[in-house]
Amino acid sequence: MHTELFTIATPPEPTLGKPALVEKLRQFLTSDAVLCDEELLRPYECDALSAYRHLPMIVVLPSTLDQIQQIMRLCYQHNVPVIARGAGTGLSGGATPAGDGVVMSLAKFISILEVDPIARTAVVQPGVRNLAISQAVAAHGLYYAPDPSSQIACTIGGNVAENSGGVHCLKYGLTVHNVRKVKLVTMDGELITLGSDSLDSSGYDLLALINGSEGMLGVVVEVTVKLTPIPERAQVVLAAFNDVEKAGGAVSDIIAAGIIPGGLEMMDKLAVQAAEDFVHVGYPTDAEAILLCEIDGTNEEVSEQIRIVHEVMHQSGATEVRTARDEEERQAFWKGRKAAFPAVGRLAPDYYCMDGTIPRKHLPYILRRMAELSIEYDLRVANVFHAGDGNLHPLILYDANHPGELARTEEFGGKILELCIEVGGSITGEHGVGIEKLQQMHLQFNYEELTQFHAVKHVFDPKGLLNPGKAVPTPKRCSEYKQLPSQNEDKHQHKACTSS
Amino acid sequence: MNQDISQTLQQQILSALETGSQLQIQGGGSKHFLGHISKSTPLQVSAHQGIISYDPVELVVTARAGTRLSELENTLAEQNQMLPFEPPHFGPLATLGGTIACGLAGPSRSFSGSARDYVLGVKMINGKGEILNFGGQVMKNVAGYDCSRLMAGAMGTLGVLLEVSLKVLPKPAAEITLVQSKTPEQAIDAMNHWSGKSLPLSAGCYVNGQLYLRLNGAKTAVDGAHKVIGGELLNDSAEFWTSIKEHQHTFFQSTLPLWRLSVPAKTPVLTLSGENLIDWCGAQRWLFSDHDADHIRKDISELGGHATLFRRQSELMADTYQLPDTNIMQLHQRLKLAFDPAGIFNPGRLYPGL
Ligand SMILES: Cc1cc2nc3c(=O)[nH]c(=O)nc-3n(C[C@H](O)[C@H](O)[C@H](O)COP(=O)(O)OP(=O)(O)OC[C@H]3O[C@@H](n4cnc5c(N)ncnc54)[C@H](O)[C@@H]3O)c2cc1C
Repeated sequence: MHTELFTIATPPEPTLGKPALVEKLRQFLTSDAVLCDEELLRPYECDALSAYRHLPMIVVLPSTLDQIQQIMRLCYQHNVPVIARGAGTGLSGGATPAGDGVVMSLAKFISILEVDPIARTAVVQPGVRNLAISQAVAAHGLYYAPDPSSQIACTIGGNVAENSGGVHCLKYGLTVHNVRKVKLVTMDGELITLGSDSLDSSGYDLLALINGSEGMLGVVVEVTVKLTPIPERAQVVLAAFNDVEKAGGAVSDIIAAGIIPGGLEMMDKLAVQAAEDFVHVGYPTDAEAILLCEIDGTNEEVSEQIRIVHEVMHQSGATEVRTARDEEERQAFWKGRKAAFPAVGRLAPDYYCMDGTIPRKHLPYILRRMAELSIEYDLRVANVFHAGDGNLHPLILYDANHPGELARTEEFGGKILELCIEVGGSITGEHGVGIEKLQQMHLQFNYEELTQFHAVKHVFDPKGLLNPGKAVPTPKRCSEYKQLPSQNEDKHQHKACTSS
Repeated sequence: MNQDISQTLQQQILSALETGSQLQIQGGGSKHFLGHISKSTPLQVSAHQGIISYDPVELVVTARAGTRLSELENTLAEQNQMLPFEPPHFGPLATLGGTIACGLAGPSRSFSGSARDYVLGVKMINGKGEILNFGGQVMKNVAGYDCSRLMAGAMGTLGVLLEVSLKVLPKPAAEITLVQSKTPEQAIDAMNHWSGKSLPLSAGCYVNGQLYLRLNGAKTAVDGAHKVIGGELLNDSAEFWTSIKEHQHTFFQSTLPLWRLSVPAKTPVLTLSGENLIDWCGAQRWLFSDHDADHIRKDISELGGHATLFRRQSELMADTYQLPDTNIMQLHQRLKLAFDPAGIFNPGRLYPGL
């Protein structure tokens, strides 16, 4: 009908082979910062979604901004794909290498450059671990609020790329709400600054756009984060339910009471039992579901609201309501939750972590359907749920050594995501699309919307070299989509093709 | 009122595309003073009205862009909820679409966040006349680039907003405002000091020698914090903050050009002369000044901020919005092309030539 915005570029053919590229890289990087032997490349072949592996051509470990820019310029000039990598804890395959590409690890950028207790900000390099920020600023009575369960390992660069959340999102927001300024190197090697030290900047909110862009628009080389005062007091209530639906109802009842908890998490029976077996924190293992509800703020406020939470939990049918006796027990309650993934991981040789979001009211329906699917696919599923903000993490247990089980698991996972869309939710709340959910992107977005995403990508990276083949699939018309085989079509395809 | 005119709007856009004409998107016109209005055909969105879904316990509301901001806020208030970014109305006709497009936030900004922080999803029409959905009606959604938050503050230059989904929050149980006499230096120190403490602070402003600190939350929390901070209780807290938010306070009665200066919160007292009011606990300064625009912008840039020529009595003497650095401006131009290739929406409203 109209002229197309652009055509989705097929990334141009690289104009340098591996040996020549290595040689050029070694002109400004020490030889141990340019990895090209198979055994050295092996650790980079996947992220935490280990079902997808791909050996990169080269891994580089720059240690200065100037080196990052030189690497980008060189790759840009010679059409070589670049994949930025933080700690590799991503769960959607976002950092999975491309076979003809360079993985750029930010592992050497681990300095906290500046802490300003008055402005309540910290300027950090991209490879700084999430938890390290809070530890570094604790002495000032401050912390960095978003706390993914992977926070001891994951990096702030990866957090920005995924717009990561944590158990405190409902009250304190996601990464996008807690980042003031980002320095970014675009694919052509240019350094740009998004956001500012003020609360807003003139013009388009490019800072919002970069959060959650999955390393496809630029490499994050410096982040100024907002710091939050450590609450005077935090207290957690653990409530047990003999029925998951009642637990879901309690979540709504707490919010209806006008309370926004610092954290509001739900675990189902299998997850509770796994966590209890793993870390022994005294979870009630006979409960069908438990809720953890944390209230934080001033001392008086916490006392008042904890009382209300207690009442609401009882009224909503909790069989047991426990307030942590002391800080130690509070930490223990959380320890079980934060260890839930690895704990569930012990129940089977492999587990597959899903990440859909739903309007909370549909929780009972989703859980019921999930239980049915679990029988249908003959795979167990444990549920961990950021209940406050409707973010589900079903963990499907499987054994990759059983032929066909991984494929069945993926199909089951795909079905769960379809359910999320069916009730008006999203296929990913915080883990990103990566290569994992490319297929389901076609369910959530139509041809025009996907094309618009590609147009945005084109703005920052016209050659399509940065993290190619991730996050946004090639737009397909409805008719074409219906003819697609169910899974994996896009997953191993690293080159976008021309649309139309 | 409940009315869906998205088909009509889409038709108007498609015919503008065909005839090569340009459109100025109009909501309630309450913020027409922001940005340059080109001589182009009005695209009237205000009839596209109605709250589409609102389930208080989900903390999400979805409404058509032409919905009056007052109607939306009243509906939320009936359920004891609110828009946490406290958007200024600047007139009874303000619409949701205009509120998001302008991206303005009220007194709670430095604690609760901005308009974009509460945007969960949008339905919009891009410059190709395509109706697109981004984000959603859920708290968390990282599928695809965040095109919905990008619309906040874009002044309608990237597309026409049809529907917006926002996160809402319960109204705090109690509110008080404390008043203390301070010098401006002391006030800036105090605002930054208290902002860094675990207190239910929700707004801070300094005007006419008085520091105003608002506390919001559980009754016990507010009373406890009163003891810690000290100060006289203000009689009508809500009225005061509305007068600041809506520029009805006597401070705003000057006829000189009014500048909105967005600066780091700890920025000392400005050396730029002129009456000023310190808002957002230091991060927003309102200045009446007839200084040369370039002079103001240079000064504020050096402080790490930017300056918006918010209101003026006379004819255009400078652009409303401060131009970003060249490389950022290039990204603006390319993003504009990506959403609105023929340049039909609000030409020049944000920046000349965009
Ligand atoms: C046990 C476990 C628990 C988890 N819990 C949570 C949770 O509670 N909440 C949550 O949100 N996530 C969670 N995650 C997912 C993961 O930890 C986050 O997505 C995290 O932000 C990834 O950070 P990373 O440094 O490991 O990034 P990587 O995995 O290395 O990379 C992730 C993506 O970011 C890009 N990237 C990395 N660094 C940069 C950079 N500097 N510039 C540009 N792009 C970059 C990569 O290209 C890739 O696309 C969990 C993961 C695990 C394994």
